Amino acid sequence: MHSLILAATVLLLALFGYALGRSRSRNLAVASGQPLHSLPTYYGGYVAIWCGLPAVLVMAVWLGAEGAIVRALTVQSLPAALVSDDPDRMALLLTDIRNLAAGSIVSRDVDPALQAAADHYQSLRQTGFASMVVVVLACAMAGLVWARRRVVPGLRARNHVERIILWVLVACSTIAILTTIGIVLSLIFETLRFFEKVPLHEFLFGLHWSPQTAIRSDQVGASGAFGAIPLFAGTLLITLIAMLVAGPIGLMSAIYMAEYAGSRLRSTAKPILEVLAGIPTVVYGFFAALTVAPFVRQSGGSIGLDVASESALAAGVVMGIMIIPFVSSLSDDVINAVPQSLRDASYGLGATQSETIRQVILPAALPGIVGAFMLAISRAIGETMIVVMAAGLAANLTANPLEAVTTVTVQIVTLLVGDQEFDSAKTLAAFALGLMLFVVTLGLNLLALSVVRKYRERYD
Amino acid sequence: MVTNGQQDENPAHAAARVKMQAKKVAVFYGEAQALHDVDLDIREHTVTALIGPSGCGKSTFLRCLNRMNDVIDICRVEGRIMLDGEDINTPSLDTVHLRARVGMVFQKPNPFPKTIYDNVAYGPRIHGMTSGKSELDEVVETSLERAGLWKEVRDRLDEPGTGLSGGQQQRLCIARSIAVNPEVILMDEPCSALDPIATARIEELIDELRTNFTIVIVTHSMQQAARVSQRTGFFHLGELVEVGNTDQIFTNPDDQRTQDYITGRFG
Repeated sequence: MHSLILAATVLLLALFGYALGRSRSRNLAVASGQPLHSLPTYYGGYVAIWCGLPAVLVMAVWLGAEGAIVRALTVQSLPAALVSDDPDRMALLLTDIRNLAAGSIVSRDVDPALQAAADHYQSLRQTGFASMVVVVLACAMAGLVWARRRVVPGLRARNHVERIILWVLVACSTIAILTTIGIVLSLIFETLRFFEKVPLHEFLFGLHWSPQTAIRSDQVGASGAFGAIPLFAGTLLITLIAMLVAGPIGLMSAIYMAEYAGSRLRSTAKPILEVLAGIPTVVYGFFAALTVAPFVRQSGGSIGLDVASESALAAGVVMGIMIIPFVSSLSDDVINAVPQSLRDASYGLGATQSETIRQVILPAALPGIVGAFMLAISRAIGETMIVVMAAGLAANLTANPLEAVTTVTVQIVTLLVGDQEFDSAKTLAAFALGLMLFVVTLGLNLLALSVVRKYRERYD
Repeated sequence: MVTNGQQDENPAHAAARVKMQAKKVAVFYGEAQALHDVDLDIREHTVTALIGPSGCGKSTFLRCLNRMNDVIDICRVEGRIMLDGEDINTPSLDTVHLRARVGMVFQKPNPFPKTIYDNVAYGPRIHGMTSGKSELDEVVETSLERAGLWKEVRDRLDEPGTGLSGGQQQRLCIARSIAVNPEVILMDEPCSALDPIATARIEELIDELRTNFTIVIVTHSMQQAARVSQRTGFFHLGELVEVGNTDQIFTNPDDQRTQDYITGRFG
C-alpha cells in the first residue's frame, strides 16, 4: 500500500516534469529565436521519462531484492538456539517471525527470543522502506533536474522518446513471450517428475486409468494406474461428436449468411449466432447436464437403448453447439473474402448459385475453412466446463457415444480439486496431462497454419 | 428476322441477321437511372463495340444482355431484350440457359483457382454437355485452340490457371466461355488490364472468333473499337447517342457529341 503511494508520487512528479519540459522548450525557443528540433510535447515526454522511468526501475529492483536481504539479516541476528541446519525448518521459523511481526496467528509458543527476532525483522523492514522512499524520490528528482537542464532547442527529443517507446514495446512483448516459456517449462519439469514415478510408456499406452494412490500402504487401491489412453479416446470421441454437430451446421449457416441471406437478415442473424460464443461455458455445462443428458437418456430408453446418464453424446452435442459460432463466423469471413469476380465468372457461364458455391467459392475459401475447423477442434479439445459437468468421471475405453467417458481436461480438474499433496504421482499426473493437451493443440494449430499456407500458394 | 433499323451501305453487313435486339432498355440502380431508352440491334457474326466515357452506361447495358445485373439487388431493368426474337426475360428462358447462350468475358482476368483444364471444363461440366472423359478432353482442346492458347498450355493443363500471365489468363477466360459453345460473347473491356502485346493478341483473337460467334465488346479505347469492330455504338450520360458502321462512326458521325468524343474533345 505504501509502495503504491510512492509510485503515485513518482507518477505525479513525471507529469510535473512533462509540463515543465514542454513549457521550458517553448520559452527557450522564443527566447533564443532558434527553431525547436521536435514538438514541445516531445520535450515534455523526454523530461517525464527521465524522471519516471529510472525511479520506477529502481523501485522494482528494490522491491524484488528487499525480501531476501531482510530475511538474511534477520537470520544472522537470530540466537544460536533457534537456528537449525534444515532449510525447511528455517523457512517455517521465518514464516512465524513474519507472522508475529504482522500480528497474525503464530504456530508456536512465543518466547522472548522469537519476539526479539520479530521486532528486529519489523525494524529492518521499516528502515528498508524508508530508505527506498528516499532513494526512489531522489532518483526521480535527479532525473527531473538533469533532463530539464538538457532541454535546449537543438536537443533531438523526438528521437530519444521514440527510441524509449520502442524499448517499452519490446519489453512488453518480451514479458508475454517469457511468461509463455515459463509456463511451458514448469509443465515440462513437473511432467518429468511425474515420469520418474510412472514410466512414459505406461502413461502413453496404458489402457487403464485409475489415479487413486493410497497414503498408507495397507489401503485398498494402493497402486494407481496411469494409462492415459482412455482419456485420449474419450477426448477424441467427444471432440468428434462436437465437430459432427458444429462442422456441418456452422459451415452451412456460414454459406447461407454469406451467399443467400439479404443484408438486413445478415446484420441481425450474425450477431445472434455469435451470442452463442458469448454464453459462459458453465451455462452450457448445466444445460448439458440437466437438459440434454436426461433427454438423450429418455429418447434412447424409448427406443430400447441403454444410455448412461452422463453420456458422451450429450456432452459432445452441447459442446458442438458451443463451437458453432467459431466455425460459422470464421467461415463466413473467408467466404466473403472470395472475390466477386469469381462469382461473376461462374454465373456468366450459366452456373447456378449452388454450383458456384460448391465448385468455385468453397474450393477458393478452403484454406480459411480448414483453419476455422482446426481452431474449433482445438477449442473442443481444451474445453473443460461442459465436460466436467456433463461427461462424467469413469475412464471407459469405448467408442460408444451412449456410454460415459471422461476427458483429459476433466481428469486434470478432478486430480487438482481439493486438498492435495504436491509430490504424489496423482497430482503430478495433471501436469503430464496438461502437457499432452498443450502439445496436441499446438500441433493442431501448426497443422492448420501449414494447411492454410499450402493452399494459399495454390489459390492465389 | 431481317435487319431493321439503321440503313447500312455495306451489303456484306446488311445481310447479317439481327441476333439480339434491345428495345427501350432502361436501368435503375435504386432511384438513380443509369440507362435511358436504349434501342440497339446486335448483328450476327459481327463485332459490335460500345464506346463512351466512364460511367456512361455501356457496361451496364452489356450486363443486361445476359442478365448479369440480376446479381445486384438494387438493380432494376425495364424494356425488352430479344435473343433470336425471344424475350430473354420470359420465364421459359432462365438465366442458366440464357448465360449458356450468351457468355461473358470480364474486365479483369478472373480464372477460377483450379487447373487450366478444370477452368475450361467448368462450363461443359455444369451444363452436362459432354458424356465421358474423351469428349470433354476434346472440348477443352478445341476451346483452348480457338482461344489461341493451346500451344502454350498443352503440356501443363494440370497447373493452376492463376499461374498464367495476365494475357494468357484472359485468353483462358475466353476459352472458358467458348467451351459452352455460346452464340453471343459479351466482353467487358477485356484488354484494360493487359499490356499492348497481350492486347494485340486478344484483338486478333476477337477477329477470328467473329466467324463462329456474335461479339459485343465494351472498350475505353477508341483505337481498339476501330480495329476490331464492324459496328460501333456511342454511349453518353446513359443514352445511346449514335450507332452505325464503325468506319462511318469514326469518319463521319451524325451527332456532334460523337464527333467531339472521337476527336478527343472530352472523355
